[in-house]
Amino acid sequence: MWASSTANALKLSSSVSKSHLSPFSISRCFSTGLEGLKYANSHEWVKHEGSVATIGITAHAQDHLGEVVFVELPEENTSATKEKSFGAVESVKATSEILSPISGEIIEVNKKLTESPGLINSSPYEDGWMIKVKPSSPAELESLMGPKEYTKFCEEEDAAH
Amino acid sequence: MSLSRVKDLRLPLMNLVRLKGTPILEQLHLEERLLRTSSDNWCIVNDGTNVPTIVMGMSGKPCQLIEVRPVMEDRIPVIKRFTGGGTVIVDKSTLFVSLICNKDDVPNVQPYPRSVMAWSGSLYGEVFKGVNGFQLRENDYVFGDRKFGGNAQSIIKSRWIHHTSFLWDYDVRNMAYLKLPSRVPQYRLERDHTEFVCRMKDYIERSDFIEKTVKAVGNQFTLKQVNLEDIDSYAKGGYLKTTRLLTMEELEEAMAGTTQNA
Repeated sequence: MWASSTANALKLSSSVSKSHLSPFSISRCFSTGLEGLKYANSHEWVKHEGSVATIGITAHAQDHLGEVVFVELPEENTSATKEKSFGAVESVKATSEILSPISGEIIEVNKKLTESPGLINSSPYEDGWMIKVKPSSPAELESLMGPKEYTKFCEEEDAAH
Repeated sequence: MSLSRVKDLRLPLMNLVRLKGTPILEQLHLEERLLRTSSDNWCIVNDGTNVPTIVMGMSGKPCQLIEVRPVMEDRIPVIKRFTGGGTVIVDKSTLFVSLICNKDDVPNVQPYPRSVMAWSGSLYGEVFKGVNGFQLRENDYVFGDRKFGGNAQSIIKSRWIHHTSFLWDYDVRNMAYLKLPSRVPQYRLERDHTEFVCRMKDYIERSDFIEKTVKAVGNQFTLKQVNLEDIDSYAKGGYLKTTRLLTMEELEEAMAGTTQNA
């Protein structure tokens, strides 16, 4: 929640105060993982509550992708497979596939993204969620990164380029 | 062993496919297949396509992007491709260059749109060295403020494609099939198609451009020429083919949608 509100605050203020926000500090904010979520190294997040897991892409991912203008989502009642594509986003001139961090049945897709794909940019962890899945193998969640590990992963990935 | 051979050994391998007049649908099918089922890097150069064809990006809606009635009356094929980006009309004058890369073979490029775009701008900067006014402007290749090259990408798990259609020359009448899109780069400044684009032939010789492009790619990869007939051995397995020709029914629906909204 903190990272999301901070990211939104940065977006609102960036046109006014960009000069004193260094690119490093901005990317650090987008890189910080939220508590309570798990993360894939392909930059998707999972929120597991009871028998349902909600999936989306991280603030880091949406920042690197740019303005999302179109989202392609699967049909409900189809299956998601760990590390396989379940959809795509279009941003700038690119389609980028989105990989599912876990396997399971897709029980709901976020239909708001059809009319408002920009929710992925403005609210990647809340209104920009993409699919809800009934996990078929809860153990898959254990192999995902926690927030601190994900933060470090993002920093190392950005530093390497 | 010569020094140049030693240098080549350190560069990742890239397969070069040179086509001439290949239909754009066939080219796009080839690209999508290689992106999804091959593990090699590829450079595909197609020197023109056979007939004028409209090509839309993944999310393109015909009623918003093309003048559907004349397109249908004149039987202009309309394709929806697997990459993002805008709408173009291509023909025998268009030059196509496509680069498919494993992200690990281009380690200084993050697999995100802006990073790949910047890398491509640098590569073509080599091609157009000495040609006044070339730059990557927003996401287009321009001379000054006039676009001559349109780009699009698709990024998957560990690979990406960046492909470009270069306006070597164009028929002004063909531009009339395209509507002014709702999403345009800022530098376009409400100009219509003919004021916005320019012809590459006014800046560089066709064969010169192709050879300089191959040379620029060869500075980053060790190139190996591959014939189209041998592609099957490089691209095995099934994949979801998303590039397709729009049907007459779809165009009729688009026209009905346009009429309703008029």
